[in-house]
Amino acid sequence: MKGLRIIVLAKQVPDTRNVGKDAMKADGTVNRAALEAIFNPEDLNALEQALRVKDKVDGSTITILTMGPGRAAEVIREGLYRGADNGFLLTDRKFAGSDTLATSYALSQAIRKIKDFDVIFAGRQAIDGDTAQVGPQVAEKLGIPQITYAEEVLDIKGKEIIVKRRLERGVEVVSVTTPVLITVHSSAADCRPRNAKLLMKYKHARTITERQDATEDYLNLYQTRPYLNIDEWSTADIVVEDEALGLSGSPTKVKKIENVVFKAKESKVLSPSDVEIDELMKELIENHTIG
Amino acid sequence: MNNIFVYCEFEDGQVADVSLELLTKARSLADQLSCKVEAVVLGSGLNGIDKLLFPYGVDVIHLGDDKRLSPYLTLPHSTLLKQVLEQEKPQIALFGATSVGRDLAPRIASALKVGLTADCTSLEIGGHSDKKANIEYENLLYQIRPAFGGNIVATIINPETRPQLATVREGVMKKEILREGYKGVVKKIDTDKFLSDADFVVKIIERHMENKKVNIKNAGIIVAGGYGVGSKANFKLLFDLADVLGAEVGGSRAAVDAGFVEHERQIGQTGVTVRPKLYIAVGISGQIQHRAGMADSAMVISINNDRQAPINQIADYVIVGDAAEVLPKLIKYYKKNSK
Repeated sequence: MKGLRIIVLAKQVPDTRNVGKDAMKADGTVNRAALEAIFNPEDLNALEQALRVKDKVDGSTITILTMGPGRAAEVIREGLYRGADNGFLLTDRKFAGSDTLATSYALSQAIRKIKDFDVIFAGRQAIDGDTAQVGPQVAEKLGIPQITYAEEVLDIKGKEIIVKRRLERGVEVVSVTTPVLITVHSSAADCRPRNAKLLMKYKHARTITERQDATEDYLNLYQTRPYLNIDEWSTADIVVEDEALGLSGSPTKVKKIENVVFKAKESKVLSPSDVEIDELMKELIENHTIG
Repeated sequence: MNNIFVYCEFEDGQVADVSLELLTKARSLADQLSCKVEAVVLGSGLNGIDKLLFPYGVDVIHLGDDKRLSPYLTLPHSTLLKQVLEQEKPQIALFGATSVGRDLAPRIASALKVGLTADCTSLEIGGHSDKKANIEYENLLYQIRPAFGGNIVATIINPETRPQLATVREGVMKKEILREGYKGVVKKIDTDKFLSDADFVVKIIERHMENKKVNIKNAGIIVAGGYGVGSKANFKLLFDLADVLGAEVGGSRAAVDAGFVEHERQIGQTGVTVRPKLYIAVGISGQIQHRAGMADSAMVISINNDRQAPINQIADYVIVGDAAEVLPKLIKYYKKNSK
């Protein structure tokens, strides 16, 4: 069987799951600096499904595609440590302020430049927005079918892929012929850890921007090991209309951001003594809250 | 006509609750905007659907009745819906934030190149002034949703593109019949004209759907447990109390993740939103994501070892103590006093 050319869409996100006290600034905006930047969790689930396909079908390759600031190259290195073959960092100031429509446009144009692919895997959604929109929108822009909420790739027979989907009320098994975009749900298998050999191999992988301050020793190393290059693309490297990027390409605008404030109540504090609980129950029954 | 459209989910002879909630909301928004409410229903076996939907104040139903449309598949549904929206040019189109709505709406938004806001918890109509461009907008849809892990609430607008698209979480809006006998018209969609083989490249091989066994959304009393309950065995105490009070049992995300209680009982931003008359929070610290799903409860009793737990700020009663000690006493004294 011919190998599959796989692209994994991955995003570096602030870890909104572990929001501490200093995560919000006094003006109600998010203090990104206070939040650790991580590999979006469901994108790791997506990477694992890609790696399993690669394990199963000889000759398959995995390309990580990420869009973000320069530091998002970390996501590509994490992918390489786990078994991806190469990666592209899409980075440009013109992308700043992109909503999901502008983001999916930029990603789809980068994918057109990568050109040859059979399957695109992406996490269902990113934890900094929870929209679950970029995957389906990339699929639409490329004119290919989408399979959302995937839990497991069950089988691959030539161009046919069988996928189990996890839905709110149950599961569905579907078949599709490639090319296809698959978004992977958090109920899918966790991503395997970094491979020690691959970590050694790729720990010095850098984008051109990251190499700017490199020492001579590093540049010598890089000369002999071309795989240490992480490709970095700006808007000049892909075919895009600037109008469709960033704020101007984003139909959604944020009108207002508010801190979540719950009206504090004056609570009555009780001890778990028999007397106090007896009283509470009497009161709740009398005012018809219960009973 | 620039009306408000609602994509209605239909399966096994039933319209999804969230679709009826959206029709109810669409009706009130349409009254504010002096426009009509139109429903799009794609499926098979849709006879009688008009009688079910019209009472919610629906003026037009676009009906695609075709065996191939059930169960839901992304491509045929998006092909037909895109067709309807392009032809009818609504100002607003709403979807449930379900596994169907969240699959379909982004595909539509991309095809129409319009803005979409996911997981709204509130929709309002309002104006906006773009001071830089010196443009005043009237009657925009305010799409209000929690963001950044629930720590902030954002109001999103789409000033320029139409339709304004939003998905809305189930259970955050009320479902209410406007008037029995309200009448609209049915417009049939010629599915054969628009669907092609290319829309059926994804094939469903197997499907196992379960009807919801629990109904915490509509429960009057909820006994909900968090990570502080400690174990699945301890959760039995919550079920015992719920039995006695005629309540449903819910759980926080931490309790669900720990395997103490099933996923379908999860309350909070990523679970179900509830507003019962009494919410008993047992061993729940009350992260913002959890409070977002229950803060509208009429009365809250918190049972917690930690006097400082955030949930206590919105509790009417705080019982400082262990679940294992307090719950049996609640049962005992309820029984004693209810006779």
